[in-house]
Amino acid sequence: MTGLTAAQSTLADLSLALVYASLGCLLGAGVAFALTFARSVTPTQPVAVLVGAGTVGAPVDSAAEAAAESTGGPADRGRLPARIGMALTWLATVLLAIALVTRALSAGRAPWGNMYEFALAGAAAALIALLVVGYRRDVRWLGLWVVVPIALLLGLAVSVLYTESGPLVPALHSAWLVVHVGAAIVAFGAFTVGTAAALLMLIAQARPWFAARLPQAARLDALSYRCIAFAFPIWTFAVVAGAIWAESAWGRYWGWDPKETWSLIVWVLYAGYLHARVTAGWRGGRAAILAFLGYTAMVFNFFGVNILIPGLHSYSGL
Amino acid sequence: MASPPPSEPATPFALRQWLRWGWGQLTSMSTALLLLFALALAAVPGSLFPQRGASPLAVNEWLERNPQLGAVLDRLGMFDVFASAWFTAVYLLLLISIAGCVLPRLRVHLRALRTGPPPVPAQLDRLPCYVRHRPALDSAAGSAMAPAPGPAVIERAAGYLRGQRWRVQLSADGQGLSAEKGYARETGNLVFHAALLVLIVAVAAGALFGYRGQIIVREGRGFANTLTQYDLFNQGRLVRAGDLPPLSFTLEDFTAVFEREGTQRGSPRAFIADVLLRRTPASAPEPVRIEVNRPLRVGGTSVYLTGHGYAPVLAVRQVDGRLLHADATVFLPQDPVFTSTGVVKMPDAQPGLGLQGVLLPSAQFGAAGPVSVFPAADNPVLFLTAWEGDLGMDEGAPQNVYALDFTNLTQIGSTALRPGQVWTLPDGRTVAFVGLSQFASFQVADEPAAGWALAAAVVAMIGLLAGLFVRRRRIWLRLTPDGWEAGALSRTDAPGLADDLTALTAAVLGGNRQHRHPLEG
Ligand code: HEM
Repeated sequence: MTGLTAAQSTLADLSLALVYASLGCLLGAGVAFALTFARSVTPTQPVAVLVGAGTVGAPVDSAAEAAAESTGGPADRGRLPARIGMALTWLATVLLAIALVTRALSAGRAPWGNMYEFALAGAAAALIALLVVGYRRDVRWLGLWVVVPIALLLGLAVSVLYTESGPLVPALHSAWLVVHVGAAIVAFGAFTVGTAAALLMLIAQARPWFAARLPQAARLDALSYRCIAFAFPIWTFAVVAGAIWAESAWGRYWGWDPKETWSLIVWVLYAGYLHARVTAGWRGGRAAILAFLGYTAMVFNFFGVNILIPGLHSYSGL
Repeated sequence: MASPPPSEPATPFALRQWLRWGWGQLTSMSTALLLLFALALAAVPGSLFPQRGASPLAVNEWLERNPQLGAVLDRLGMFDVFASAWFTAVYLLLLISIAGCVLPRLRVHLRALRTGPPPVPAQLDRLPCYVRHRPALDSAAGSAMAPAPGPAVIERAAGYLRGQRWRVQLSADGQGLSAEKGYARETGNLVFHAALLVLIVAVAAGALFGYRGQIIVREGRGFANTLTQYDLFNQGRLVRAGDLPPLSFTLEDFTAVFEREGTQRGSPRAFIADVLLRRTPASAPEPVRIEVNRPLRVGGTSVYLTGHGYAPVLAVRQVDGRLLHADATVFLPQDPVFTSTGVVKMPDAQPGLGLQGVLLPSAQFGAAGPVSVFPAADNPVLFLTAWEGDLGMDEGAPQNVYALDFTNLTQIGSTALRPGQVWTLPDGRTVAFVGLSQFASFQVADEPAAGWALAAAVVAMIGLLAGLFVRRRRIWLRLTPDGWEAGALSRTDAPGLADDLTALTAAVLGGNRQHRHPLEG
């Protein structure tokens, strides 16, 4: 280990073990959510008609949303697997959070200094986003589509990206690292959930059997918009913080370094998504495509740029 | 979307109509979308190909490796994407599009702020959220409520809404009211887009009026901020040489610390340059420390530490003992363990003499030959090859100071030296490896509009938050022959419209009535 004390290496080993445990839980959650998804079919919509009954009418919100919220979306068949899925997701998230904390303690810094750590932190952020969204809504239909990609990400982290715990090169010694990368990771988490919902909406438009297992398009759209609208300002902040940091580290706030360029591309594509949602002829599916492109660019930015393109950011190491 | 262009034959108005049509197209939302997409797409090659501004050497290498394809790509601007005509065109069009979008919306918004919410629409029950009260029927259904008279309903509703900071407008006929809340959404949105305009202009201005230069300074040597001192200089189109501020400094000492243990052995841990700074030629020297992430700032100019390496000190003597050369020479690091290469040129010696060297800072002699195993100078060994003849420096053509031109040179010997050792060449001249000093490379930069860009970015973020998270909504209430009705409309997707109506209903009914929330079924 990198000049770590025995205690520090023990912590690093513990962290890795926790990541494996978390991955195991996620795989279990994936199976449970797959069962949930396979069994759930939306009932014909029981829209409660409260208006015009002649007596006091409680106000009715847009019918789709109200109905979906009140019935919890797809039928509650497959309830047990869904509960197991949510419980395992919670467990996986807690384990991963402890893995990050122990990793941070062992390295003596914020746990996002190299690609292995980005992957862990990004996975944790996405899981937390899923749980936050699911705190008041029923998101069991969404579980499968977030948990499985995140399990893949964690698998990639431990198998390919793993890096020993240790301190950073001088250019990365900066409070801005914590702020800039931290913000990017939080945004990554929310973008993951938002984009998953947008993609499901896109697929549901084309495949009725798929749509039957999901809430109505309006609800998918609203959920996707809320997540992306939450993530977008945070990503904006991450890019600006990165520019401020670059100014002090490299002597220019914007130099079209590949990582900077791709952060901007991600930002522009998600700005495109926000626009598309209010532009006639672009709502729905086409907006979802922009969100998906933005997400692809972001994943490429986190991982592809470091591996494939030489640049100032490459030293953050594999 | 604007209407399609007129199809009649050309009239004096055709041009104007075409212009108006073009303007409408350019400032439409779908064009903005396409331009955003085009911007994203246009930036991609800038990240895939090396760029002249950032790494001119990598561009040359690329061109040498792929001469034909390279020439075509170069013509297309692929190695200078962000200064290319097409990239500039995309962002200029976006700029115009934003301006053309923001200005009319600003006008509409200001008018809306002045006039307040629009009158009650004819069919309230068409709104996404609607509620109707018929006190007579309520009583019949067993409600204990006494029906409120019409004016009292309006009064209560207006009072409640005003208390909740809605803008309320009573209908002229006294039979209804309009209320609106969340104007900050549009304000934020306009501020965001306007700040974006300023940001783009500030970035462009920085590129036009700023400069950035790289210098290499050896320990004990100085640097003065004039064009001739730079090894590499990028300047904006509008910068003149005389604009550089007259700062100067000497590099007193450079320290590099490397990790000595573990798997990251050899990774850099700290770089420190101690310099003596003179802000102007007349000012007293002051000791200053420059570190990575801690630039030196003098006025608008910043000096950043960007790299370092070794500079072996060599002393070369004639056969008669006269000094031919005694100086430190910058050797460029080639790898993370600082295997470094450099040359010393002595064109004026008789005959001309060139030394080509490879420095291993921590040499180890293994089966595969000597290698450096650590970036610090733990066991420096300098491998030298001596060349005699015409160094080709008289032609006046610029020469690479880090390479010899071997055309007219013959090799006369090679050796390995440790500090303090002396090598006698076959012709009797001597080369002494006196010791190892270091150099540091710096970037000197002036980014004039950076403050503007930062301010615009901060304002844009604030506007963005308001534009995304403020909920803008309208409520209308109207008296009906048998009671009253109210409807609400949200211009955004945010939930909570029903809550607004529920709360209003409660307030109008005197707040002593429980209402079922629609979401509770
Ligand atoms: C660099 C170019 C642009 C970027 C990055 C951008 C970005 C954004 C973002 C992030 C939003 C959502 C945040 C908010 O509502 O405050 C937004 C909203 C909006 N933008 Fe832009 N925009 C650009 C250009 C334009 C142009 C040229 C137009 C006009 C054609 C335009 C019209 C609008 C409108 C009408 C909204 C409101 C959408 C809503 O009500 O949610 N934007 N823009």
